[in-house]
Amino acid sequence: MRLILAGAIAGLRSYGKGANRTPPTRCPAFSGLPQPVRPAARRTSVLGSSLGRMNKPPEERALDVTTVSSAEHTRRDFLYIATGAVGAVGAAATLVPLIAQMNPDASTIAAGAPIEVDLAPISDGQIIKVFWRSKPIFIFHRTKKDIEEAQKVNVASLPDPEADSARVKQGHDQWLVLIGICTHLGCIPLAHQGEYDGWFCPCHGSQYDTSGRIRKGPAPKNLPLPPYKFVSDTKIQIG
Amino acid sequence: MSGHSTYQPQNKFLQWFEKRLPVGGLIHSSFVAYPTPRNLNYLWTFGGILAFMLGVQIITGIVLAMHYTPHVDLAFKSVEAIMRDVNFGWLLRYLHANGAAMFFLAVYVHMFRGIYYGSYKEPREVLWILGVIIYLLMMATGFMGYVLVWGQMSFWAATVITNLFSAIPGVGDAIVTWLWGGYAVGNPTLNRFYSLHYLLPFVIAGVVVLHIWALHVAGQNNPTGIDIKADKDTVAFTPYATVKDGFFMAVFCILYAWFVFYIPNFLGHADNYIPANPAVTPAEIVPEWYYLPFYAILRSIPDKLMGVIALFASIVVLAFIPWLDTSRVRSARYRPLFKQFFWLWVIACIGLGWLGSKQPEGIYVILSRIFTAYYFAFFLIVMPLLGIFEKTKPLPNSISESVLGAKA
Repeated sequence: MRLILAGAIAGLRSYGKGANRTPPTRCPAFSGLPQPVRPAARRTSVLGSSLGRMNKPPEERALDVTTVSSAEHTRRDFLYIATGAVGAVGAAATLVPLIAQMNPDASTIAAGAPIEVDLAPISDGQIIKVFWRSKPIFIFHRTKKDIEEAQKVNVASLPDPEADSARVKQGHDQWLVLIGICTHLGCIPLAHQGEYDGWFCPCHGSQYDTSGRIRKGPAPKNLPLPPYKFVSDTKIQIG
Repeated sequence: MSGHSTYQPQNKFLQWFEKRLPVGGLIHSSFVAYPTPRNLNYLWTFGGILAFMLGVQIITGIVLAMHYTPHVDLAFKSVEAIMRDVNFGWLLRYLHANGAAMFFLAVYVHMFRGIYYGSYKEPREVLWILGVIIYLLMMATGFMGYVLVWGQMSFWAATVITNLFSAIPGVGDAIVTWLWGGYAVGNPTLNRFYSLHYLLPFVIAGVVVLHIWALHVAGQNNPTGIDIKADKDTVAFTPYATVKDGFFMAVFCILYAWFVFYIPNFLGHADNYIPANPAVTPAEIVPEWYYLPFYAILRSIPDKLMGVIALFASIVVLAFIPWLDTSRVRSARYRPLFKQFFWLWVIACIGLGWLGSKQPEGIYVILSRIFTAYYFAFFLIVMPLLGIFEKTKPLPNSISESVLGAKA
């Protein structure tokens, strides 16, 4: 690359009128290449040559097509590299808006602000569904039995090992808050179904327990937890 | 292959025009004087049928777009309005929806034919790969068109298919958000799918031009799989191939019309007449029938990432069969072992299609795994090894000899 550039810059020096004139010295980097025959005598102006070409027999026409030397470095070579480089950078820069426009727009992001949910009306054992950022959020008011089931499981035996205590806020064992999207391919699992009293995904048969952990089926991970905090004992803020 | 055109119009205007743009000569040499092997059977009419179906889908699609609204609140209603209010809207929509199914039916016959007669082998590798690209584009187009209806199946198909990309380690979730234009499938998703669903058929048409170009450079394969050696091996495209193509296209259209007029919803799913509801996933999700084999492959593998890789690999592997198949004999007619493995593979494909429509439990999972294993083994083990171990039958000396017997 350095050699090419050096050659191109060397070619910047003008050796007379017209960029196609042969410079007195050749770039050493390319001196090994064969030199094309340059029928300079035939060359006329662009207009003249194209007009003249029409009236000549085909074999002469072929000779008339002059190929500019690629072995010697001229201002054209510099322009070629410079234009190419600017074009490549420009094309790459143009891709940025074309790709970025597909990401969530300002209104979608704004609509994703935190929401507050009052837990008081949720009775024991009930699971409610709220929406945050177009995602269903499950809020599960767990019974004593549900909590015990979730806690007594041998964590090491799980496909995605995670203790129940890591999935609830300390002191709020009865509240399980999850993003209700199956980690397999995005379906919404059905509550209080399956072998583990948690959720069952109707699409491909994944089963989750009372802690929302994957127990069986193709889903690779536990149901994820949304960012949330308790603003009071009976109210949470999601987001 | 087509050689120099012998097209010499008598009409003065056509002569004048031909000197300036020789399109008449191009059509004449490609579709009139073009030499086709004299032994082509009806399986060779599906290329023409596919071109016809692409035209049907583009024309019906453009007029449907005049009445459709790509917005989450209005999309489903506008489709219902097409069915009830728009003049002949029911016909246009049923032609388009069933046309997609017929398009896929024809492409599957076309692909099975190509594999059976070795049409992917030298010198038709590029022709074959262009075909695989067209098939991939068809799958993307068909999927996005299905989403536009914005029924329950549309919405959840969009969710499941876009989530396939979440299996990519590291950047998966970012890619999915980018595809959606939000935090879930929603209005931006519907809008961009509409834009792309309108674009892709024209991209397909462009690749079809390359496909036909490549076909006319290499020449058509034929049931014997041997090359054209003399003029008597061929007949002119017109009238021989045109009438054969036209006749079978009419037969194919009877089947198409039977679906459109008598059982227009047979291939669809009742749940797609329920408007999309992001809060409820339907009890069972199944894709359209033409994706079922791939869906079964996805579900047969218990690991998410590996399932997605297997799904994509099952299509991509097709592009490599010109090199996976080591046999120099093209046609299965002269390959007794290949023929048996081929039909087993067809059974595996249809079996996977059937299993894709079943719940993923019990015996269905085991069968899916067996068929998936065979699907890949056919390409990766059978094709390379048969070329070495198979004893093929003697080939006829020429196409005309295979048709007329040795006395010709």
